[in-house]
Amino acid sequence: MNLTLEIWRQPNAKAEGKFETYVVKDVSTESSFLEMLDILNNQLIHEGKEPVAFDHDCREGICGACSLRINGHAHGPESEVTTCQLHMRNFKDGDKIVIEPWRSRAFPVIKDLVVDRTAYETILQAGGFVSVNTGGVPDANAIPIAKDDAEESMDAAACIGCGACAATCKNGSAMLFVAARVSSLAKLPQGQVEGARRAKAMVAKMDELGFGNCTNTGACQAECPKGITINHIARLNREYLKAKFRS
Amino acid sequence: MSGSIFTSSIGKKMFMSISGCILVLFLTFHMCMNLALVFSDAAYNAICGFLGANWYAVAATAVLALVIVLHIALAIVLTLQNRKARGSIRYRANAHENGVEWSSKNMLVLGFVVLLGLIFHLVHFWYKMMFTELMGAHEVAIGAAMVAPTDGAAIVRYYFAQWPYLLLYLVWFAGIWFHLTHGVWSMMHSLGLNSKVWFKRMKCISTIVATIIIGGFALCAIVLFLQGNGILPNPLF
Ligand code: HEM
Ligand code: FES
Repeated sequence: MNLTLEIWRQPNAKAEGKFETYVVKDVSTESSFLEMLDILNNQLIHEGKEPVAFDHDCREGICGACSLRINGHAHGPESEVTTCQLHMRNFKDGDKIVIEPWRSRAFPVIKDLVVDRTAYETILQAGGFVSVNTGGVPDANAIPIAKDDAEESMDAAACIGCGACAATCKNGSAMLFVAARVSSLAKLPQGQVEGARRAKAMVAKMDELGFGNCTNTGACQAECPKGITINHIARLNREYLKAKFRS
Repeated sequence: MSGSIFTSSIGKKMFMSISGCILVLFLTFHMCMNLALVFSDAAYNAICGFLGANWYAVAATAVLALVIVLHIALAIVLTLQNRKARGSIRYRANAHENGVEWSSKNMLVLGFVVLLGLIFHLVHFWYKMMFTELMGAHEVAIGAAMVAPTDGAAIVRYYFAQWPYLLLYLVWFAGIWFHLTHGVWSMMHSLGLNSKVWFKRMKCISTIVATIIIGGFALCAIVLFLQGNGILPNPLF
Protein backbone atom coordinates (compact mmCIF):
# COMPACT_ATOMS: atom_id res chain seq x y z
CA MET A 1 0.00 0.00 0.00
CA ASN A 2 0.95 3.63 -0.50
CA LEU A 3 0.95 6.12 2.35
CA THR A 4 1.42 9.82 2.93
CA LEU A 5 3.27 10.58 6.14
CA GLU A 6 3.32 13.89 7.93
CA ILE A 7 6.30 13.72 10.26
CA TRP A 8 7.70 16.20 12.79
CA ARG A 9 11.28 17.06 11.85
CA GLN A 10 13.55 18.90 14.24
CA PRO A 11 17.35 18.77 13.77
CA ASN A 12 18.18 19.14 17.48
CA ALA A 13 16.80 20.17 20.85
CA LYS A 14 17.39 23.88 20.28
CA ALA A 15 16.22 24.15 16.68
CA GLU A 16 12.64 24.91 15.66
CA GLY A 17 10.85 21.96 14.19
CA LYS A 18 8.23 21.61 11.48
CA PHE A 19 6.15 18.98 9.74
CA GLU A 20 7.45 17.42 6.51
CA THR A 21 5.36 15.32 4.16
CA TYR A 22 6.71 12.08 2.70
CA VAL A 23 5.25 9.44 0.43
CA VAL A 24 6.15 5.77 0.95
CA LYS A 25 5.14 3.25 -1.70
CA ASP A 26 4.54 -0.50 -1.75
CA VAL A 27 4.46 -1.03 1.99
CA SER A 28 3.40 -4.55 2.92
CA THR A 29 0.42 -4.88 5.27
CA GLU A 30 2.52 -7.52 7.02
CA SER A 31 5.21 -5.07 8.05
CA SER A 32 5.25 -3.37 11.40
CA PHE A 33 4.89 0.37 11.82
CA LEU A 34 8.58 0.74 12.65
CA GLU A 35 9.55 -1.36 9.62
CA MET A 36 7.50 1.05 7.53
CA LEU A 37 9.58 3.89 9.01
CA ASP A 38 12.75 1.86 8.25
CA ILE A 39 11.61 1.70 4.62
CA LEU A 40 11.07 5.47 4.61
CA ASN A 41 14.53 6.03 6.08
CA ASN A 42 16.12 3.77 3.47
CA GLN A 43 14.43 5.85 0.83
CA LEU A 44 15.63 9.09 2.44
CA ILE A 45 19.23 7.82 2.70
CA HIS A 46 19.16 6.90 -1.02
CA GLU A 47 17.94 10.39 -1.80
CA GLY A 48 20.84 11.79 0.25
CA LYS A 49 18.49 13.17 2.89
CA GLU A 50 18.65 12.94 6.68
CA PRO A 51 16.73 9.87 7.95
CA VAL A 52 13.98 10.36 10.56
CA ALA A 53 15.19 9.70 14.11
CA PHE A 54 12.85 7.62 16.30
CA ASP A 55 13.28 5.55 19.45
CA HIS A 56 13.07 1.76 19.49
CA ASP A 57 14.87 -1.16 21.05
CA CYS A 58 13.29 -4.54 21.74
CA ARG A 59 10.56 -4.25 19.10
CA GLU A 60 8.57 -6.79 21.06
CA GLY A 61 6.57 -4.55 23.35
CA ILE A 62 8.53 -4.98 26.57
CA CYS A 63 11.22 -2.34 26.85
CA GLY A 64 9.25 0.89 26.55
CA ALA A 65 11.74 2.55 24.21
CA CYS A 66 9.35 3.11 21.32
CA SER A 67 6.96 6.04 21.47
CA LEU A 68 5.23 8.18 18.77
CA ARG A 69 1.88 9.88 18.65
CA ILE A 70 0.22 8.40 15.58
CA ASN A 71 -2.92 10.09 14.20
CA GLY A 72 -3.71 11.51 17.62
CA HIS A 73 -3.14 8.32 19.58
CA ALA A 74 -0.12 7.37 21.68
CA HIS A 75 1.31 4.19 20.11
CA GLY A 76 -1.25 4.38 17.32
CA PRO A 77 -4.90 3.48 16.94
CA GLU A 78 -4.89 -0.04 18.39
CA SER A 79 -5.52 -0.33 22.11
CA GLU A 80 -2.97 -1.96 24.43
CA VAL A 81 -0.34 -2.18 21.69
CA THR A 82 3.05 -0.49 21.59
CA THR A 83 4.18 1.25 18.41
CA CYS A 84 6.70 -1.53 17.74
CA GLN A 85 3.90 -4.10 17.87
CA LEU A 86 1.58 -2.07 15.66
CA HIS A 87 1.15 -3.48 12.17
CA MET A 88 0.36 -1.81 8.89
CA ARG A 89 -2.76 -3.93 8.47
CA ASN A 90 -4.37 -1.36 10.79
CA PHE A 91 -4.07 1.22 8.01
CA LYS A 92 -5.56 1.49 4.55
CA ASP A 93 -3.96 2.17 1.18
CA GLY A 94 -3.86 5.94 0.60
CA ASP A 95 -4.02 6.81 4.30
CA LYS A 96 -2.44 9.98 5.60
CA ILE A 97 -0.62 9.35 8.87
CA VAL A 98 0.45 12.15 11.20
CA ILE A 99 3.46 11.15 13.31
CA GLU A 100 4.48 13.38 16.22
CA PRO A 101 6.88 13.07 19.16
CA TRP A 102 5.56 12.96 22.75
CA ARG A 103 4.71 16.51 23.76
CA SER A 104 5.09 17.35 27.40
CA ARG A 105 7.19 19.99 29.09
CA ALA A 106 9.08 17.32 31.03
CA PHE A 107 9.89 15.38 27.80
CA PRO A 108 11.85 17.79 25.58
CA VAL A 109 12.44 16.77 21.95
CA ILE A 110 16.05 15.75 21.31
CA LYS A 111 15.72 15.16 17.58
CA ASP A 112 12.78 14.55 15.23
CA LEU A 113 10.59 12.00 17.03
CA VAL A 114 13.01 11.25 19.86
CA VAL A 115 12.27 12.81 23.25
CA ASP A 116 14.27 12.86 26.46
CA ARG A 117 12.44 10.71 29.02
CA THR A 118 15.10 11.00 31.72
CA ALA A 119 12.42 12.56 33.97
CA TYR A 120 10.78 9.14 34.42
CA GLU A 121 14.12 7.59 35.39
CA THR A 122 14.69 10.40 37.88
CA ILE A 123 11.32 9.72 39.52
CA LEU A 124 12.20 6.02 39.77
CA GLN A 125 15.53 6.82 41.37
CA ALA A 126 13.68 8.84 44.01
CA GLY A 127 11.97 5.74 45.36
CA GLY A 128 10.68 3.27 42.79
CA PHE A 129 12.69 0.39 44.21
CA VAL A 130 12.94 -2.06 47.10
CA SER A 131 16.14 -1.88 49.18
CA VAL A 132 17.76 -5.29 49.72
CA ASN A 133 20.97 -6.44 51.35
CA THR A 134 23.33 -8.20 49.01
CA GLY A 135 23.62 -11.95 49.44
CA GLY A 136 21.76 -14.96 48.22
CA VAL A 137 18.48 -14.46 46.37
CA PRO A 138 15.62 -15.26 48.77
CA ASP A 139 13.17 -17.98 47.77
CA ALA A 140 10.29 -16.37 45.86
CA ASN A 141 7.72 -18.43 47.74
CA ALA A 142 9.13 -17.82 51.21
CA ILE A 143 6.59 -15.03 51.84
CA PRO A 144 2.99 -16.03 51.14
CA ILE A 145 1.08 -13.43 49.11
CA ALA A 146 -2.67 -13.56 48.41
CA LYS A 147 -3.40 -14.28 44.75
CA ASP A 148 -5.53 -11.14 44.26
CA ASP A 149 -2.76 -8.95 45.67
CA ALA A 150 -0.12 -10.64 43.55
CA GLU A 151 -2.26 -10.17 40.45
CA GLU A 152 -3.01 -6.52 41.09
CA SER A 153 0.66 -5.95 41.75
CA MET A 154 1.58 -7.67 38.49
CA ASP A 155 -1.03 -5.63 36.57
CA ALA A 156 0.70 -2.48 37.74
CA ALA A 157 4.17 -3.93 37.19
CA ALA A 158 3.32 -4.32 33.49
CA CYS A 159 4.17 -0.61 33.08
CA ILE A 160 7.09 -0.21 30.68
CA GLY A 161 7.66 3.48 31.45
CA CYS A 162 7.21 4.54 27.81
CA GLY A 163 5.73 7.93 28.70
CA ALA A 164 2.47 7.56 26.76
CA CYS A 165 0.49 8.59 29.87
CA ALA A 166 2.16 11.95 30.40
CA ALA A 167 2.28 12.53 26.64
CA THR A 168 -1.48 11.95 26.35
CA CYS A 169 -2.65 13.68 29.52
CA LYS A 170 -4.06 17.15 28.89
CA ASN A 171 -2.33 18.14 32.13
CA GLY A 172 1.03 16.58 31.25
CA SER A 173 0.73 14.52 34.41
CA ALA A 174 2.92 11.51 35.18
CA MET A 175 0.47 10.12 37.74
CA LEU A 176 -0.30 6.87 35.91
CA PHE A 177 3.39 6.01 35.72
CA VAL A 178 4.09 6.91 39.35
CA ALA A 179 0.88 5.16 40.44
CA ALA A 180 1.87 1.96 38.62
CA ARG A 181 5.24 1.87 40.39
CA VAL A 182 3.91 2.78 43.83
CA SER A 183 0.91 0.49 43.51
CA SER A 184 2.80 -2.59 42.34
CA LEU A 185 5.11 -2.37 45.34
CA ALA A 186 2.38 -1.32 47.81
CA LYS A 187 0.56 -4.58 47.08
CA LEU A 188 3.53 -6.73 48.15
CA PRO A 189 4.94 -7.21 51.66
CA GLN A 190 8.47 -6.58 50.36
CA GLY A 191 7.41 -3.17 49.07
CA GLN A 192 5.25 -2.11 51.99
CA VAL A 193 8.22 -1.60 54.32
CA GLU A 194 9.34 1.48 52.40
CA GLY A 195 5.85 2.36 51.15
CA ALA A 196 5.38 5.71 52.91
CA ARG A 197 8.84 6.99 52.04
CA ARG A 198 8.45 5.85 48.44
CA ALA A 199 5.10 7.56 47.86
CA LYS A 200 6.30 10.85 49.33
CA ALA A 201 9.64 10.86 47.50
CA MET A 202 8.27 9.88 44.08
CA VAL A 203 5.41 12.40 44.19
CA ALA A 204 7.78 15.16 45.32
CA LYS A 205 10.16 14.34 42.47
CA MET A 206 7.32 14.19 39.94
CA ASP A 207 6.11 17.65 41.02
CA GLU A 208 9.63 19.06 41.00
CA LEU A 209 10.26 17.89 37.43
CA GLY A 210 7.34 19.93 36.12
CA PHE A 211 4.69 17.28 35.47
CA GLY A 212 1.11 18.51 35.85
CA ASN A 213 -1.63 17.69 38.37
CA CYS A 214 -3.93 14.75 37.67
CA THR A 215 -7.59 15.69 37.18
CA ASN A 216 -8.87 12.13 36.73
CA THR A 217 -9.80 12.40 33.06
CA GLY A 218 -8.68 8.83 32.39
CA ALA A 219 -7.13 9.64 28.99
CA CYS A 220 -3.91 7.96 30.17
CA GLN A 221 -5.52 4.60 30.81
CA ALA A 222 -7.23 4.70 27.42
CA GLU A 223 -3.88 5.16 25.68
CA CYS A 224 -1.60 3.05 27.90
CA PRO A 225 -0.13 0.21 25.81
CA LYS A 226 -0.07 -1.99 28.90
CA GLY A 227 -3.63 -1.36 30.07
CA ILE A 228 -2.64 0.17 33.42
CA THR A 229 -5.82 1.59 34.97
CA ILE A 230 -6.36 4.75 37.01
CA ASN A 231 -7.48 2.61 39.95
CA HIS A 232 -3.77 2.57 40.71
CA ILE A 233 -3.92 6.38 40.88
CA ALA A 234 -6.56 6.07 43.62
CA ARG A 235 -4.16 3.80 45.49
CA LEU A 236 -1.28 6.25 45.00
CA ASN A 237 -3.47 9.08 46.37
CA ARG A 238 -4.31 6.90 49.35
CA GLU A 239 -0.70 5.86 49.98
CA TYR A 240 0.53 9.43 49.66
CA LEU A 241 -2.12 11.05 51.88
CA LYS A 242 -1.71 8.31 54.52
CA ALA A 243 2.05 8.76 54.51
CA LYS A 244 1.74 12.54 54.78
CA PHE A 245 -0.72 12.46 57.67
CA ARG A 246 1.34 9.91 59.59
CA SER A 247 4.56 11.87 59.40
CA MET B 1 12.89 15.93 51.05
CA SER B 2 9.25 15.54 50.24
CA GLY B 3 7.84 19.05 50.49
CA SER B 4 4.62 20.31 52.02
CA ILE B 5 1.22 18.79 51.47
CA PHE B 6 -0.09 22.28 50.63
CA THR B 7 2.13 22.63 47.60
CA SER B 8 2.20 19.02 46.37
CA SER B 9 0.02 17.99 43.45
CA ILE B 10 -1.92 15.38 45.41
CA GLY B 11 -2.25 17.75 48.38
CA LYS B 12 -3.80 20.45 46.23
CA LYS B 13 -6.17 17.88 44.76
CA MET B 14 -7.14 16.90 48.31
CA PHE B 15 -8.16 20.48 49.08
CA MET B 16 -9.97 20.68 45.74
CA SER B 17 -11.81 17.52 46.68
CA ILE B 18 -12.72 18.59 50.24
CA SER B 19 -13.92 22.02 49.11
CA GLY B 20 -15.92 20.38 46.30
CA CYS B 21 -17.42 17.95 48.80
CA ILE B 22 -18.55 20.78 51.10
CA LEU B 23 -20.14 22.53 48.10
CA VAL B 24 -21.93 19.31 47.12
CA LEU B 25 -23.29 18.94 50.66
CA PHE B 26 -24.42 22.55 50.61
CA LEU B 27 -26.17 22.07 47.26
CA THR B 28 -27.93 19.00 48.65
CA PHE B 29 -29.20 21.00 51.60
CA HIS B 30 -30.20 23.93 49.39
CA MET B 31 -32.12 21.62 47.05
CA CYS B 32 -34.06 20.04 49.95
CA MET B 33 -34.90 23.49 51.26
CA ASN B 34 -36.21 24.54 47.84
CA LEU B 35 -38.43 21.47 47.68
CA ALA B 36 -40.22 22.81 50.75
CA LEU B 37 -41.42 25.69 48.60
CA VAL B 38 -43.12 23.26 46.24
CA PHE B 39 -45.29 22.09 49.13
CA SER B 40 -45.75 25.14 51.32
CA ASP B 41 -44.81 28.81 51.24
CA ALA B 42 -45.06 28.95 55.02
CA ALA B 43 -42.61 26.06 55.48
CA TYR B 44 -40.16 27.69 53.07
CA ASN B 45 -40.40 31.04 54.83
CA ALA B 46 -39.88 29.30 58.17
CA ILE B 47 -36.61 27.81 56.88
CA CYS B 48 -35.64 31.21 55.47
CA GLY B 49 -36.36 32.56 58.94
CA PHE B 50 -33.75 30.24 60.45
CA LEU B 51 -31.28 31.37 57.82
CA GLY B 52 -31.86 35.09 58.07
CA ALA B 53 -30.04 37.54 60.32
CA ASN B 54 -28.63 34.96 62.79
CA TRP B 55 -25.04 34.56 63.82
CA TYR B 56 -25.02 30.91 62.72
CA ALA B 57 -26.46 31.70 59.30
CA VAL B 58 -23.89 34.44 58.84
CA ALA B 59 -21.09 32.13 60.05
CA ALA B 60 -22.17 29.37 57.66
CA THR B 61 -22.34 31.86 54.79
CA ALA B 62 -18.83 33.06 55.59
CA VAL B 63 -17.49 29.49 55.66
CA LEU B 64 -19.23 28.77 52.37
CA ALA B 65 -17.77 31.90 50.77
CA LEU B 66 -14.31 30.88 51.97
CA VAL B 67 -14.73 27.38 50.56
CA ILE B 68 -15.85 28.73 47.17
CA VAL B 69 -12.91 31.11 47.02
CA LEU B 70 -10.51 28.27 47.90
CA HIS B 71 -12.11 25.99 45.28
CA ILE B 72 -11.88 28.61 42.54
CA ALA B 73 -8.37 29.77 43.48
CA LEU B 74 -7.08 26.18 43.47
CA ALA B 75 -8.92 25.46 40.21
CA ILE B 76 -7.10 28.35 38.56
CA VAL B 77 -3.70 27.46 40.05
CA LEU B 78 -4.04 23.79 39.03
CA THR B 79 -5.21 24.62 35.53
CA LEU B 80 -2.38 27.10 34.94
CA GLN B 81 0.23 24.61 36.18
CA ASN B 82 -1.30 21.92 33.99
CA ARG B 83 -1.23 24.07 30.87
CA LYS B 84 2.41 24.82 31.52
CA ALA B 85 3.19 21.13 32.02
CA ARG B 86 1.56 20.31 28.68
CA GLY B 87 4.28 22.32 26.93
CA SER B 88 4.08 25.07 24.37
CA ILE B 89 3.60 22.97 21.22
CA ARG B 90 0.16 21.45 20.65
CA TYR B 91 -0.40 18.16 18.89
CA ARG B 92 -1.43 18.47 15.25
CA ALA B 93 -3.63 15.36 15.27
CA ASN B 94 -6.07 14.70 18.08
CA ALA B 95 -8.39 11.76 18.63
CA HIS B 96 -10.94 10.89 21.26
CA GLU B 97 -9.56 8.67 24.00
CA ASN B 98 -11.89 5.82 24.94
CA GLY B 99 -14.10 6.37 27.96
CA VAL B 100 -13.02 9.94 28.68
CA GLU B 101 -15.93 12.12 29.83
CA TRP B 102 -16.34 15.49 28.18
CA SER B 103 -16.88 17.16 31.56
CA SER B 104 -13.61 15.85 32.95
CA LYS B 105 -11.72 17.83 30.32
CA ASN B 106 -13.78 20.98 30.76
CA MET B 107 -14.04 21.40 34.52
CA LEU B 108 -12.69 24.95 34.54
CA VAL B 109 -15.02 26.12 31.77
CA LEU B 110 -17.96 24.46 33.53
CA GLY B 111 -16.75 26.01 36.77
CA PHE B 112 -16.92 29.48 35.22
CA VAL B 113 -20.45 28.78 33.97
CA VAL B 114 -21.28 27.85 37.55
CA LEU B 115 -19.59 31.00 38.82
CA LEU B 116 -21.43 33.32 36.40
CA GLY B 117 -24.73 31.75 37.40
CA LEU B 118 -23.75 32.07 41.03
CA ILE B 119 -23.07 35.81 40.76
CA PHE B 120 -26.41 36.32 38.99
CA HIS B 121 -28.14 34.20 41.62
CA LEU B 122 -26.57 36.05 44.55
CA VAL B 123 -27.43 39.44 43.13
CA HIS B 124 -31.13 38.81 42.79
CA PHE B 125 -31.85 36.35 45.60
CA TRP B 126 -29.21 36.39 48.30
CA TYR B 127 -28.87 40.18 48.16
CA LYS B 128 -32.63 40.71 48.39
CA MET B 129 -33.28 38.05 51.00
CA MET B 130 -30.33 37.72 53.37
CA PHE B 131 -28.24 40.82 52.78
CA THR B 132 -31.18 43.26 52.91
CA GLU B 133 -32.33 41.70 56.15
CA LEU B 134 -28.82 41.90 57.59
CA MET B 135 -28.74 45.60 56.74
CA GLY B 136 -31.90 46.01 58.80
CA ALA B 137 -34.25 47.01 55.96
CA HIS B 138 -37.83 45.88 56.23
CA GLU B 139 -38.83 46.14 52.59
CA VAL B 140 -37.23 45.30 49.29
CA ALA B 141 -38.34 46.23 45.77
CA ILE B 142 -39.47 43.25 43.70
CA GLY B 143 -40.61 44.53 40.34
CA ALA B 144 -43.13 47.29 41.11
CA ALA B 145 -44.06 45.95 44.56
CA MET B 146 -42.39 46.18 47.94
CA VAL B 147 -41.98 42.90 49.82
CA ALA B 148 -40.55 42.02 53.24
CA PRO B 149 -37.10 40.40 52.86
CA THR B 150 -38.33 37.63 55.17
CA ASP B 151 -41.03 36.67 52.64
CA GLY B 152 -38.61 34.54 50.59
CA ALA B 153 -41.44 32.66 48.93
CA ALA B 154 -42.89 35.83 47.39
CA ILE B 155 -39.50 36.95 46.10
CA VAL B 156 -38.67 33.56 44.55
CA ARG B 157 -42.13 33.17 43.05
CA TYR B 158 -41.94 36.60 41.44
CA TYR B 159 -38.80 35.70 39.47
CA PHE B 160 -39.62 32.13 38.54
CA ALA B 161 -42.95 33.12 37.04
CA GLN B 162 -40.96 34.73 34.20
CA TRP B 163 -39.66 32.38 31.49
CA PRO B 164 -36.30 34.13 30.85
CA TYR B 165 -35.38 33.50 34.49
CA LEU B 166 -36.49 29.90 34.27
CA LEU B 167 -34.44 29.40 31.12
CA LEU B 168 -31.30 30.99 32.58
CA TYR B 169 -31.60 28.86 35.68
CA LEU B 170 -32.07 25.66 33.69
CA VAL B 171 -28.91 26.44 31.68
CA TRP B 172 -27.06 27.07 34.91
CA PHE B 173 -28.36 23.78 36.37
CA ALA B 174 -27.14 21.93 33.28
CA GLY B 175 -23.67 23.41 33.82
CA ILE B 176 -23.63 22.28 37.45
CA TRP B 177 -24.91 18.84 36.44
CA PHE B 178 -21.99 18.32 34.06
CA HIS B 179 -19.55 19.65 36.69
CA LEU B 180 -20.94 17.20 39.24
CA THR B 181 -21.13 14.09 37.05
CA HIS B 182 -17.35 14.21 36.93
CA GLY B 183 -16.82 16.04 40.21
CA VAL B 184 -18.45 13.60 42.60
CA TRP B 185 -16.50 10.49 41.63
CA SER B 186 -13.37 12.54 41.01
CA MET B 187 -13.49 13.91 44.54
CA MET B 188 -13.59 10.37 45.94
CA HIS B 189 -10.78 9.30 43.60
CA SER B 190 -8.61 12.28 44.64
CA LEU B 191 -8.93 11.22 48.28
CA GLY B 192 -7.92 7.68 47.33
CA LEU B 193 -11.40 6.34 48.03
CA ASN B 194 -11.76 4.25 44.89
CA SER B 195 -10.66 0.85 43.66
CA LYS B 196 -10.95 -1.71 40.88
CA VAL B 197 -14.24 -2.93 42.36
CA TRP B 198 -15.69 0.52 43.07
CA PHE B 199 -14.60 2.35 39.94
CA LYS B 200 -17.73 1.76 37.85
CA ARG B 201 -20.03 2.01 40.88
CA MET B 202 -18.47 5.32 41.82
CA LYS B 203 -19.10 6.78 38.34
CA CYS B 204 -22.68 5.54 38.51
CA ILE B 205 -23.19 7.02 41.99
CA SER B 206 -21.74 10.27 40.70
CA THR B 207 -24.32 10.51 37.91
CA ILE B 208 -27.13 9.60 40.31
CA VAL B 209 -26.08 12.19 42.91
CA ALA B 210 -25.75 14.90 40.24
CA THR B 211 -29.14 13.99 38.79
CA ILE B 212 -30.92 13.96 42.16
CA ILE B 213 -29.48 17.34 43.18
CA ILE B 214 -30.04 19.05 39.83
CA GLY B 215 -33.36 17.26 39.29
CA GLY B 216 -34.61 18.65 42.61
CA PHE B 217 -33.58 22.20 41.72
CA ALA B 218 -35.06 21.96 38.22
CA LEU B 219 -38.30 20.44 39.48
CA CYS B 220 -38.74 23.27 41.93
CA ALA B 221 -38.03 25.95 39.30
CA ILE B 222 -40.43 24.38 36.80
CA VAL B 223 -43.24 23.93 39.32
CA LEU B 224 -42.87 27.56 40.39
CA PHE B 225 -43.02 28.70 36.77
CA LEU B 226 -46.15 26.65 36.11
CA GLN B 227 -47.81 27.91 39.31
CA GLY B 228 -46.81 31.48 38.53
CA ASN B 229 -48.58 31.20 35.18
CA GLY B 230 -51.72 29.55 36.48
CA ILE B 231 -51.01 26.16 34.89
CA LEU B 232 -50.59 24.41 38.23
CA PRO B 233 -52.54 25.33 41.38
CA ASN B 234 -50.80 27.01 44.32
CA PRO B 235 -50.69 25.33 46.78
CA LEU B 236 -50.17 22.12 44.84
CA PHE B 237 -52.17 19.94 47.24
C1 HEM C 1 -21.73 24.86 43.20
C2 HEM C 1 -20.49 24.99 43.08
C3 HEM C 1 -19.47 23.91 42.86
C4 HEM C 1 -19.47 22.60 43.24
C5 HEM C 1 -20.54 21.84 43.99
C6 HEM C 1 -18.22 22.02 42.78
C7 HEM C 1 -17.83 20.71 42.99
C8 HEM C 1 -16.66 20.17 42.55
C9 HEM C 1 -16.19 18.85 42.86
C10 HEM C 1 -16.89 17.83 43.74
C11 HEM C 1 -15.00 18.67 42.21
C12 HEM C 1 -14.13 17.42 42.21
C13 HEM C 1 -12.88 17.61 43.03
C14 HEM C 1 -11.78 16.64 42.64
O1 HEM C 1 -11.62 16.30 41.48
O2 HEM C 1 -11.05 16.23 43.54
C15 HEM C 1 -14.73 19.86 41.49
C16 HEM C 1 -13.63 20.04 40.67
C17 HEM C 1 -13.36 21.20 39.99
N1 HEM C 1 -14.05 22.40 40.10
FE1 HEM C 1 -15.76 22.69 41.11
N2 HEM C 1 -17.49 22.98 42.11
C18 HEM C 1 -18.23 24.15 42.15
C19 HEM C 1 -17.87 25.38 41.61
C20 HEM C 1 -16.72 25.59 40.85
C21 HEM C 1 -16.32 26.87 40.33
C22 HEM C 1 -17.07 28.18 40.53
C23 HEM C 1 -15.14 26.65 39.64
C24 HEM C 1 -14.23 27.57 38.88
C25 HEM C 1 -14.42 28.74 38.44
C26 HEM C 1 -14.84 25.24 39.72
C27 HEM C 1 -13.77 24.64 39.11
C28 HEM C 1 -13.42 23.31 39.27
C29 HEM C 1 -12.31 22.67 38.60
C30 HEM C 1 -11.35 23.31 37.57
C31 HEM C 1 -12.28 21.35 39.05
C32 HEM C 1 -11.31 20.26 38.62
C33 HEM C 1 -10.10 20.33 39.46
C34 HEM C 1 -9.24 19.13 39.32
O3 HEM C 1 -9.73 18.05 38.97
O4 HEM C 1 -8.06 19.27 39.58
N3 HEM C 1 -15.81 24.63 40.48
N4 HEM C 1 -15.74 20.77 41.71
S1 FES D 1 10.65 -1.08 21.16
FE1 FES D 1 10.58 -2.05 23.09
S2 FES D 1 8.52 -1.71 23.65
FE2 FES D 1 8.54 -0.96 21.63
